[in-house]
Amino acid sequence: MKRLPLSGAVLTGLTYLLTLLIFFPILWMVLTSFKPEQLALVVPPRIFVAPTLENYMVAFTASPYLEFLWNTLVITLLATLLALVLGVPAAYAMAYYPTRRTNGTMLWIMSTRMLPPAGVIVPLYVIFRDIHWLDTYLGMIVVYAGMNFPLVVWMIRSFMLEVPYGILEAARLDGANLLQEFTHVLLPLLLPGLAATVLLCFIFTWNEFFLAVNLTTRQASPLSVYIASFKAAQGDLFVAKMSAAATATVLPVIAAGWATQRQLVAGLTLGAVK
Amino acid sequence: MAKQSAHEGRKWLSAPGILFLVIVTQIPFVLTLYYSLRGWNLLRPDSDVFVGLRNFSRILSNREFYTVLANTVVLTLSVVVITLVLGMILALLLNRPFPGRGLVRTLLISPFLIMPVVTAVLWKNILLDPVFGLSAYVVSLLGLPAIDLIAQYPMQTIILIVSWQWTPFVMLILLAGLQSMPESILEAASLDGAGGLTMFRYMILPHLQRFIEIALLLETIFILNVFGVIFVTTSGGPGIATTNLPYQIFLEAFSRWNVGRASAYGVFAVILANILVLIFLRVIGSQSEQEA
Repeated sequence: MKRLPLSGAVLTGLTYLLTLLIFFPILWMVLTSFKPEQLALVVPPRIFVAPTLENYMVAFTASPYLEFLWNTLVITLLATLLALVLGVPAAYAMAYYPTRRTNGTMLWIMSTRMLPPAGVIVPLYVIFRDIHWLDTYLGMIVVYAGMNFPLVVWMIRSFMLEVPYGILEAARLDGANLLQEFTHVLLPLLLPGLAATVLLCFIFTWNEFFLAVNLTTRQASPLSVYIASFKAAQGDLFVAKMSAAATATVLPVIAAGWATQRQLVAGLTLGAVK
Repeated sequence: MAKQSAHEGRKWLSAPGILFLVIVTQIPFVLTLYYSLRGWNLLRPDSDVFVGLRNFSRILSNREFYTVLANTVVLTLSVVVITLVLGMILALLLNRPFPGRGLVRTLLISPFLIMPVVTAVLWKNILLDPVFGLSAYVVSLLGLPAIDLIAQYPMQTIILIVSWQWTPFVMLILLAGLQSMPESILEAASLDGAGGLTMFRYMILPHLQRFIEIALLLETIFILNVFGVIFVTTSGGPGIATTNLPYQIFLEAFSRWNVGRASAYGVFAVILANILVLIFLRVIGSQSEQEA
């Protein structure tokens, strides 16, 4: 497309301006997290001050942050693992051995991902209460694996469909059993897709709040529940330290999201947009 | 696709996963239906009796329900419209070569990646706090009297925060749509003298129609579930001014412990979502037919 160079420069300038405006809240949070508490609140605000790591030290050691971080890590990793253990074989079956019902099943699986959590929270709470799963890792791992299962099946199946069936047949003629077929032939080809799927599961689980706040009280609560406690009179921490805790909380997810940019759209739309 | 019958049994590899999904999603939903017909309050164990449709009739005859429904619709529709306009502008801007495009794209998707609860704390306590927030300073610079946005304009503030969060989602999908457009068509049109607006109206918009539909439907389905931002910023208040359907269910279930009423609200939420999901499936269904 040919355009006047000037209008191109204006559009580029506008793009930068809008980006700065939209990214600014995050930038401000990160900057605030490195300011001494007194300087975080001075008027007029200072953009750059001699940075300090004190807020992070305090947030990590003088608050229960690390306990919640540990809960989040355990729950997120095991829930993702469980979703993979159940989802990858399901994707395999539906990619290579489709039946008349496969299409309908895939759509049904997708629809469960869109079920409002508020529509099932009451029975989940009552069941968990009765089987003593409230406020446990196990309970959270099971519900989050259920949340991630559709994502795993949809993404992994679409990656499997791109693998030529002939390669699998050749491996079988060479006498490969199911496990060998998977580890030697499929896994190397699926690795990038698998990595993207794992990262997306990680992002959704890490950020989840509704189920966490209603099904845990303290022992198994993830970071989202801890951060939400800042709503009441600044919680345990004040602005700079709160910024440090918040920054540390979003950093892993932002990194994961930036790393999966190429598959992000397919993942967010369950493959409806590639 | 040639298959060896010896391996036909492998189609059952999907069974454990599907069974698991039925247990964690469908059984709770059936129980939601069941509880919605009971008068059960967790604080009064003896109240667990069959009451027919009384929970539903109580809800429907209560004005609260219509306020909650209106709040849900206002929040969802406003965010959808705002993010569509902003997302479209950003997608168009990003669909042209300029220095630093990768970085700009990366920075722009960040609001969507951030934990919604952090987003809420960030806006409430770090940006919009009437005393300590950055906005207080900006307002004083402009010589305006200090305002407490969240207290004075609670719904508008929530719409602002949720829109900030969801704009990248729409942008990403529309950008994917724009990038799937053959550039030669646009070049031919511009050689024929078509201006920017004409091209947008008659070539870009029709091509993007499916992408817009998908973005809007998915966004609506997920924004109906907004909870964390409301929980942190307004707790559904003042009164019930910012209480949406999920927040109302949360209040019925976990502050009033009214299992029956909360489940009846849950049935409404599921019906609403299912209507949207069916439309969504039709849209992507007709899309794959077109591709075939």
